[in-house]
Amino acid sequence: MATLQQQAKGKKDGEIRYLTPLNIDTLKTKKYCRFKKSGIKYIDYKDPDFLLSFVNEQGKLLPRRLTGTSLKYQRKVSVAVKRARHLALMPYVADLLK
Amino acid sequence: MNHYETVFILNPVLSEEQIKETVKKYEDFLVSKGAKMIAKEDWGIKKLAYPIQNKKSGFYHLFEFTVDGAVIGPLELAFRRDERFMRYLTVKLDKHAIAWAEKRRTRNKQKA
Repeated sequence: MATLQQQAKGKKDGEIRYLTPLNIDTLKTKKYCRFKKSGIKYIDYKDPDFLLSFVNEQGKLLPRRLTGTSLKYQRKVSVAVKRARHLALMPYVADLLK
Repeated sequence: MNHYETVFILNPVLSEEQIKETVKKYEDFLVSKGAKMIAKEDWGIKKLAYPIQNKKSGFYHLFEFTVDGAVIGPLELAFRRDERFMRYLTVKLDKHAIAWAEKRRTRNKQKA
C-alpha cells in the first residue's frame, strides 16, 4: 500500500490514470498492394482516370507508404504516370485535381 | 521483330481530310518498312491536360504494330520533322502489355 501512496504523491496535477486500458482501436487495417492482390501485371498509361488514384491534388505521385503499393509496381506506376503526363493525359502541375 | 505502340497528337487546326492523309502517310511508311499493323485507334479530338504550342486540344491516334527495331529511329525522326505533330510516344510492349492490349481491344469492341 505504501507504494500506492507514493505513487499518488508523485502524481503530477492534471495527469490522468486509468485502472483499465481505454477502448481505443490501435489495430489498423494492414495496407496491401492492389496490383499483387488483383493480379494486374501491366499498368496502362492510356487510362488517366485510374492513374489519378496514385497522385495527390497537385498531380504529384503519392508515396508507397500511403498507397501500400509494392516497390515493383510503384516503379511501374511512376513510369505510367510520367508517360501519361508527356501525352497531356495528365497534368504535370495542377491545383484542385480532385 | 518487336511489338510497339505509338500514340501521337496531331494539331487541332487541321481539317478532317488532312488528319486522314497524315495518318495514312505514316501507316504507309511503316508498312513499306516491313511493319505489320495490329491495331489502329482514333480517339478523336481530346482536351489536353495542359497547353502544348498554345493549343488546348489535339487529335489523338494510336498505332500498334510489330516491326524491326531499326525502323523506330527514322519513324520518330519523321514525326519530329512534321509540323502537324504536337507530341508522340513510342513504347515497346512486353508480354504483359501485349496481353493487356488485346484485352483492351476486345473490351472496346464490345462497347462499340
